[in-house]
Amino acid sequence: MVWFKRANPSIRTTDKRDTPEGLWSKCDSCGAALHKKQLEDHLYTCPDCGFHFRISPVLYFSFLFDGGKWEEFDGQLRAADPLGFVDTKNYPQRVRDTIAKSGKSEACRNATGVLDGSPLVVSAMDFGFIGGSMGSVVGEKIARAADRSVELNAPLIVISQSGGARMMEGAFSLMQMAKTSARLTRLGERGIPFISLMTDPTMGGISASFAMLGDLNLSEPKALIGFAGPRVIRDTIKRDLPEGFQRAEFLKEHGFVDTIVHRKDLRSQLIKLLGHMR
Amino acid sequence: MDFLLRSKHTMAAKVVLDFEKPLYELEEKLSEMRVYLKSGEVDSLSEGRSGLKREIEALEAKVESLRKTIYKNLTRWQKVQLARHPERPYTLDYIYMMMKDFVELSGDRNFGDDKAIIGGFARLADEATGFSQSVMVIGHQKGRDTKSNLYRNFGMAQPEGYRKALRLMKMAEKFRKPVITLIDTPGAFPGIEAEERGQAEAIARNLYEMASLKVPIICVIIGEGASGGAIGIGVGDRILMAENAWYSVISPESCSSILWRSWNFKEQAAEALKLTADDLLAQGIIDRIVTEPLGGAHHNPEEMAATLKAILIEELQGLLPKAPTTLVDERIAKFSLMGVWEES
Repeated sequence: MVWFKRANPSIRTTDKRDTPEGLWSKCDSCGAALHKKQLEDHLYTCPDCGFHFRISPVLYFSFLFDGGKWEEFDGQLRAADPLGFVDTKNYPQRVRDTIAKSGKSEACRNATGVLDGSPLVVSAMDFGFIGGSMGSVVGEKIARAADRSVELNAPLIVISQSGGARMMEGAFSLMQMAKTSARLTRLGERGIPFISLMTDPTMGGISASFAMLGDLNLSEPKALIGFAGPRVIRDTIKRDLPEGFQRAEFLKEHGFVDTIVHRKDLRSQLIKLLGHMR
Repeated sequence: MDFLLRSKHTMAAKVVLDFEKPLYELEEKLSEMRVYLKSGEVDSLSEGRSGLKREIEALEAKVESLRKTIYKNLTRWQKVQLARHPERPYTLDYIYMMMKDFVELSGDRNFGDDKAIIGGFARLADEATGFSQSVMVIGHQKGRDTKSNLYRNFGMAQPEGYRKALRLMKMAEKFRKPVITLIDTPGAFPGIEAEERGQAEAIARNLYEMASLKVPIICVIIGEGASGGAIGIGVGDRILMAENAWYSVISPESCSSILWRSWNFKEQAAEALKLTADDLLAQGIIDRIVTEPLGGAHHNPEEMAATLKAILIEELQGLLPKAPTTLVDERIAKFSLMGVWEES
């Protein structure tokens, strides 16, 4: 099977900047000093308080797939500039700068591989690329991940990590919500499992499309998940927001998340769940 | 009453937008001159009645030419203002002007009845051609004044609004009736309760279910098409858009506040977002523009409704013969084509 061979070995080294640099780093939540090795062992979660650092698609792929082996697909897609969008910077420049600075090509990466001996398709978003925002490329990649999942008759897992739709592609970005949701219906009608994992943050057009459409909606602890941003809500209703508002636990309490999974348990939980679903 | 239902729309618009002021002032002057012409005083003028008549005719020509100049060269931001014009026809206006036998149906059968999205069965009929079709019509509903706007929550729906819409669409599917949605919202409501009840999930579910609904769906952006709140009832076989409506991923104001970090760049944001009907037609996101009367839909709501009605009938006649699977396949393919990227 081709999944075990990487078509382009150079991709692997490009995402180092996402993880804390240097040997020691501090937990953003409890302030504990954490050694690099310790963080790696705990899949970038704090061993003291359980805080989940935001990690890149490649890291998810590396601990989800059997043997840390996967094959990326549709990595060649790049943002275009359909509107000729200019704000304080023009959009193509913003994309070029982001690519140069982050070493990433877009806010989403697709991979196929094997989980516990069975084929699996994973699409993972990346907050490090323009806030993980969904424009045409992200929408197309998630739609194609759904197609791949149909082709392989393999479950699809989408890992969301995004502030919402990408403004610089205007209505095209909005249409990606419809496109991704529409293509997911093809999995539904074939009984192929679709699992959505919401990580911090999963907001706006992401939560209002594919991220909430999982047969199972999973979340990492404390992830911010919602439709409108907390600041927008506060400005609209002119009162303070309750403690824990729009966090994963809040979403679970209100019935929109099936279960909250610690990153260290993610692989084993997915194996267990997919075992029930297939 | 939060809908117009006026039998005659001969009166000029009461609300005058900034860019309409020069036109409004000339019109005022013209009507003063007409009053003067009718009065006896005019005979005492040296040039007399015929001189004033010539002046009036010249001014009338000027008004008409200015009207065309203004309304044929609207900037994107000006169109956004027209789309939000407080006298613009809203969903219920269109329903009463285009359809008959409308019965409003309430509630999502789960939490409550949202007033910002309304819907129900109605009949779209044309006596001249004998066309008559029951439809499920669903749309955002804004209010006309403070009281009705509070009742309608300014056309900003809660999750139960989207779920009511879905309930009605599924019922339409059950009874094999086409769905017509009228989109006019400044956005889905951003509030604590909306989040608690799953605003995101409600919209997401609609996108998914509308993509695979087995009856024809026609969506019309009649005013404001703001982001997720709009597309939440906006997945269909044919997407129509009123000439002066706007549709985008974000409002110009919010876009300005996020990208420019100030509320003052809404005009630039409107330009950058390319959110007008012309723009969206060029982008392949909408299928057809519904031409508005000069000056906007509110200048002649009956004419506007008649135009839209004729288009809806024509579009329905194209969609009704299609097999359900064809409809769904084509609908999914249609949205799959949307987007622009580079791929080497």
